[in-house]
Amino acid sequence: MNFLKKTVDRLEPTFSEGGKLSKLHSVFDGFKTFMFVPNTTSKSGVNIHDAIDSKRLMITVVIALIPALLFGMWNVGYQHFMAIGTEAGFWQQFWFGFLAVLPKLLVSYIVGLTIEFIGAQIKKEEIQEGFLVSGILIPMIVPVDTPLWMLGLATAFAVIFAKEVFGGTGYNIFNVALVTRAFLFFAYPTSMSGDKVWVRTRDAFWWGAGENVDGFTGATPLGQLATSNSADPIFHNILNQAIGFKEAFLGLIPGSIGETSTLAILIGALLLIITGVASWKTMLSVFIGGALTAFAFNQWGPDTAIANLPWYEHLVLGGFAFGAVFMATDPVTSARTETGKWIYGLLIGMMAIVVRVLNPGYPEGMMLAILLMNIFGCLIDYFVVQSNIKKRMKRISNK
Amino acid sequence: MKLSDNVKNTLLGPLSKNNPVAVQVLGICSALAVTVELKPAIVMGLSVTIIVALANVVISLLRNTIPSNIRIIVQLVVVAALVTIVSETLKAFAYDISLQLSVYIGLIITNCILMGRLEAFAMGNKPGAAFLDGIGNGIGYAIILIIVAFFRELLGAGKLFGFQVIPQWCYDHGYVNNGLMVMPAMAMILVACIIWVHRSVDKDLQEK
Repeated sequence: MNFLKKTVDRLEPTFSEGGKLSKLHSVFDGFKTFMFVPNTTSKSGVNIHDAIDSKRLMITVVIALIPALLFGMWNVGYQHFMAIGTEAGFWQQFWFGFLAVLPKLLVSYIVGLTIEFIGAQIKKEEIQEGFLVSGILIPMIVPVDTPLWMLGLATAFAVIFAKEVFGGTGYNIFNVALVTRAFLFFAYPTSMSGDKVWVRTRDAFWWGAGENVDGFTGATPLGQLATSNSADPIFHNILNQAIGFKEAFLGLIPGSIGETSTLAILIGALLLIITGVASWKTMLSVFIGGALTAFAFNQWGPDTAIANLPWYEHLVLGGFAFGAVFMATDPVTSARTETGKWIYGLLIGMMAIVVRVLNPGYPEGMMLAILLMNIFGCLIDYFVVQSNIKKRMKRISNK
Repeated sequence: MKLSDNVKNTLLGPLSKNNPVAVQVLGICSALAVTVELKPAIVMGLSVTIIVALANVVISLLRNTIPSNIRIIVQLVVVAALVTIVSETLKAFAYDISLQLSVYIGLIITNCILMGRLEAFAMGNKPGAAFLDGIGNGIGYAIILIIVAFFRELLGAGKLFGFQVIPQWCYDHGYVNNGLMVMPAMAMILVACIIWVHRSVDKDLQEK
């Protein structure tokens, strides 16, 4: 650590004003503050001093994402070897998944950070750290077989049009990772949905190729339910064996890389809540909103498979849990007032289930629900603040 | 022939500095709707150019006789007549394209560029100048439409004027047409990009 610190100190003059590489100052500064907590504090005005800055905050979220990411990697391998009918040990499965997911992580980070760095240089600002989380979220919310060039293009689009044009980190209206996904979903629907993309059946780095076994179907449970002809809410795994709540909760189902395991997501959620990084109110209210809406559809909804799906299974399928824990709680785009968080979360949960049940074109509604509510986040806050002001005014005039 | 400054401003101003779409942000609705392919976009641009120019001339000729409390109605009647002529002509000579443009030719009547030019220019200028102004604004509108349609057709369908431009081997190697380009939402973003580029080139247009 000391060595690193010395190296950084030694290099500092090269990058400072007048140094040889002063053009790359913001890059240097970004890495320096990434590795060391800055020892400078503000000199004037009233400020809250705390060791935690947004880089530390972001890293906590990244750590919270790791259980879901590791599980996602293993699940990619697990689904792959199941699809080609080959026996494989735990490490083999994990290693395959790791090789399949790693390029996505790299593409997302390289494209996103390059644009951020260039943007910071042009605007002569410090490098913002917002992409640390977006960069890991993006590969986790896409299917394993989405081509890398599409992922890169969508990441570039999202970083430029959802973030940089609004003023960079902290100013975006929409969640950047979800804009990436929305771009992919609408621009390349065949690579983002259907039954061909969720399970990697070809090789990863020339390893582990195989032929699909007979009876293989690659649709996700929600995809199966959306296209189901019967009204029975049953879904099956990729080998046509019926599965239920337990498998869905553990995450042994095909789906976007990081979203399948509700268990792993809840471990991350626990970390976020304990450290106070994300709001438990938003998370809980998303789940409540979704459960209530799904329950209402169970009771009075149309007689289709997806409407008949029990409410507790709605919550563990698709991206619901992932969206609730990692997307809805995004501190930039979500509502910030405490009452606002409840309203915001409830509406996300409700909208997600409504899209799922009533629109057969979109088997999953979480992405659209969160993006829609992103627009209303500020509006909800405005009304919460206004009503609070009104309440207090009344109290004054009553005296 | 050397153009006087006045004529130049009237005719060429709307192409860039005073562009009806990129600067005044008028006529966006049709710019989003008809720009999926180049051919209808060009026809639309041409139709609007002809209609604005002729309507400008007619209104300019009548400008001293129109009572100002019913001027909007008179303007609408003139525009509606011209739109009907263009629409019938298209139906007679370019039926396919008139089907593609469907209601949008008829909706030229409600195009803000038309009402804007009639109100702001034709009501207070001589017919000659009004004609040039109409041509300028129509072409300014058409340019934006063509740029947007170029990118939308190229990236959305891999074609230009209906001919395959992106070769088959690209598709064989995994290239896929961008479905978002076919949707109006992407046209909005393309128009935004044009405005972005336009303003970063032309520093006068940047708002403080």
